[in-house]
Amino acid sequence: MKAICFYFQIHQPFRLKNYRFFDIGNTHYYYDDFANDEIITRIAQRSYLPANQMLLDIIREYGKKFKVAFSISGTAIEQIEQYVPEFIDSMKELAATGCVEFLSETYAHSLASLEDPEEFAAQVKAHDDKIYQLFGQRPKVFRNTELIYDDDIASMVQALGFKGIITADAKHVLGWKSPNYLYKAASAPKLRMLLKNSKLSDDISFRFSNPDWASYPLTADKYIDWIASTPQEEQLINLFMNYETFGELQPRESGIFEFMKALPRFAAERDVQFMTPSEVISKLKPVDALAVPYPMSWSDEARDTSAWLGNTLQQEAVKKLYSIAERVRLCSDSRIKQDWNYLQASDHFFYMSTKHSSDGSVHSHYSPYDSPYTAFTNYMNVFSDFSTRVEAQFPADIDNEELNALLLTIKNQEMEIEQLNREVEMMRNNIAKDLTGDFAPDEEPQEASKPVKPKKEAKPKKSAAKATKKPAKKTAKK
Amino acid sequence: MKALMFGWEFPPHILGGLGTASFGLTKGMAECGDIDITFVIPKPWGDEPKDFAKIIGANNTPVAWRDVNWDYVDARIGKVMDPKLYFELRDHIYADFNHMNTNDLGCIEFSGRYPENLLEEINNYSIVAGVIARTVPCDVIHSHDWLTYPAGIHAKQVTGKPLVIHVHATDFDRSRGNVNPTVFSIEKDGMNNADHIITVSNLTRRTVIEKYGINPDKVTTVHNAVEPLSDELLNVEVPPKHDKVVTFLGRITMQKGPEYFVEAAAQVLKKVHDVQFVMAGGGDMMEKMIRLAARRNISDRFHFAGFLRGKEVYEMLKASDVYIMPSVSEPFGISPLEAMQMGVPSIISKQSGCAEILDNVIKVDYWDTNAIADAIYSIITYPAMYNQLRNNGLDEVDQIRWNKAGAKVIDIYRNLINR
Repeated sequence: MKAICFYFQIHQPFRLKNYRFFDIGNTHYYYDDFANDEIITRIAQRSYLPANQMLLDIIREYGKKFKVAFSISGTAIEQIEQYVPEFIDSMKELAATGCVEFLSETYAHSLASLEDPEEFAAQVKAHDDKIYQLFGQRPKVFRNTELIYDDDIASMVQALGFKGIITADAKHVLGWKSPNYLYKAASAPKLRMLLKNSKLSDDISFRFSNPDWASYPLTADKYIDWIASTPQEEQLINLFMNYETFGELQPRESGIFEFMKALPRFAAERDVQFMTPSEVISKLKPVDALAVPYPMSWSDEARDTSAWLGNTLQQEAVKKLYSIAERVRLCSDSRIKQDWNYLQASDHFFYMSTKHSSDGSVHSHYSPYDSPYTAFTNYMNVFSDFSTRVEAQFPADIDNEELNALLLTIKNQEMEIEQLNREVEMMRNNIAKDLTGDFAPDEEPQEASKPVKPKKEAKPKKSAAKATKKPAKKTAKK
Repeated sequence: MKALMFGWEFPPHILGGLGTASFGLTKGMAECGDIDITFVIPKPWGDEPKDFAKIIGANNTPVAWRDVNWDYVDARIGKVMDPKLYFELRDHIYADFNHMNTNDLGCIEFSGRYPENLLEEINNYSIVAGVIARTVPCDVIHSHDWLTYPAGIHAKQVTGKPLVIHVHATDFDRSRGNVNPTVFSIEKDGMNNADHIITVSNLTRRTVIEKYGINPDKVTTVHNAVEPLSDELLNVEVPPKHDKVVTFLGRITMQKGPEYFVEAAAQVLKKVHDVQFVMAGGGDMMEKMIRLAARRNISDRFHFAGFLRGKEVYEMLKASDVYIMPSVSEPFGISPLEAMQMGVPSIISKQSGCAEILDNVIKVDYWDTNAIADAIYSIITYPAMYNQLRNNGLDEVDQIRWNKAGAKVIDIYRNLINR
């Protein structure tokens, strides 16, 4: 018996507007609202909404036999809430069927996993909170930006309490091994790894409507036949793809929706099940541990991180961005926090790629810029403005350690003040009891609401109150 | 295969990009082997490189018979031409041109530049071409730019060999649309008579097809290339500097869009101050540009370096952090490639032919001064941007070789000859 594990990715970045160096310091709004609105609306109308309808239809027909998983980035959720809120409702409806699992990821679809562990943890939490708030599920399986994975990330993810992680089947990692098994992470043995079956996934998402492809046209029975005819021991087929596959990458006319609707019927005939990642983890046993010392991903020919960190432009931009991470975390301004999220989206760095040949065409297809250099210039201009805003909150000439010390002092003092206030309150209560008069509280609440300078103010009151413990000591000393 | 080429300039005595391109292409073709090139120019100086092409000077070609002996000829023009060739040429004079202004050797004088009586010189050049075409055997005739089209047509009529014309620029590029009717008619005549037309970019190809009404089938683009620089030029010494330098190199004329550079400079200087802008070259818009810089209040940071020659060009490039070519219409534009060879990040207009083959440059619309300013700012502010453009640019320009262009031209010749 075999199982198909579907997972769909939904992500949209906040594209930046054309931000000239002249705007640095003058304009603090960075986003191309028109493009963002236009793109998310178009994709939702052509792909997300009809695809959701398709899934609902399938689930209505086959019930709990059909299951899928979703990973929706925080920035995509924000855009959907803003521009196509009906999609959220549709997603809630899907969630209510119980056949859908939501996966965890970084809120900003960021590269934080490679650059900044603290930021990474914070973003994962922010994302999962958002998912819980919308769909009432707390994700148990993690999926990193563009399926980036290495041993360090596995350890971090396990420490955050996840049972499994979804990642890619890079040839240089797997070698002769098949992705059609459950694996565990070498660096974090409790963490299960689900590897994308690139061939079968890309058959749907990239090759489905290509008439030059030898297997064109792809039909549901042929496809299930391929899956059923994999070796007996291989029990798991992980099909991971962008949700835009349905209706956008593969247009409606190609018959992609009908193909999907027909899958469960043929799957049932050939005894192939559908499972969510969580089910896979609870039902299957890992066959082996995989060690991945260098990061891999599902992008480009090389299946590594060179799509985002391949050239000096990208490295510089990412390095600069995360160099102020600590400062940003100290900030409490919500607009800074928001921009910080939006600026981290991996897409910004993807646009700066200078790769040529087939990978390059993918990069330029998605990029709103006409060259990687324009992408870099625009991003860095925005970043310059952003970092000045962060600096305005905390001057750059104080180094982080010093700043941390100062902030710690403030925090400690606050705690001390609070504690002393509590003490004062307690003593006042005691006085009130001692005097057994009702007039005292009249005056005192006023004093209590005065700005707190606990030590100095507290003393006179203490001496006034003879019956309490401390003043008693004092008088004793005298 | 024997090719007879007509050109107007040849290094080291060049006035613009035409000479550099003619030279590079000839050399590139020679590297492909099996080709014998005779290159005709109006006035050779004797120090032209001769190892891959035979140079014939139009001003040393007799058009009227003079009874002179070997020694006299050798003494007069021996340093630029083999006297034997002179006598061969003299045997092929086809009409009596004694009414022309000829000298003691029966030759017409040429300035070899772009004088007032340019049209007369073009006509004389074509007369001389008749003598040369009758003397020098060839399989194909190749004319570089409109000045030599009449000569090419004449040679074609004399020999019956196919004519290739090489469009390095059209008058639409030079005049921003206000075409000189005489020049246009010479160009159009050349294109009509040509068996094949080579353009230096797809941009020029479109102009030829659309503005001159030429059948697209006989127009092919062969992009220009660059010669690798010598170590001496790559390692020229320049004094250390504190400010960033942004450089414009070229004729200060309407075609090159100098005013957009000044406007962009004014914008950049509003934001950053440790930048110097240099406009090197001469031209009819220079005074206007000086006034414009003064009006924008940036004269203290905007310098006019005058016309630079030879090594000075490379010193200027070496001292630059950004090279800019905001041409309104540039058929090709070799200078950004030279800047890239010197490791200078370049900003070029999308309206230049070289934009078609370059990736590691910043391309902007010539009129978009905001974008130009932004690009300048980015290169001088973000080190990653500078380094990436510099290093990738060096790699990229290294691949753009004349022998590839030469091979394409030879292919075109073959098709014509075997037709």
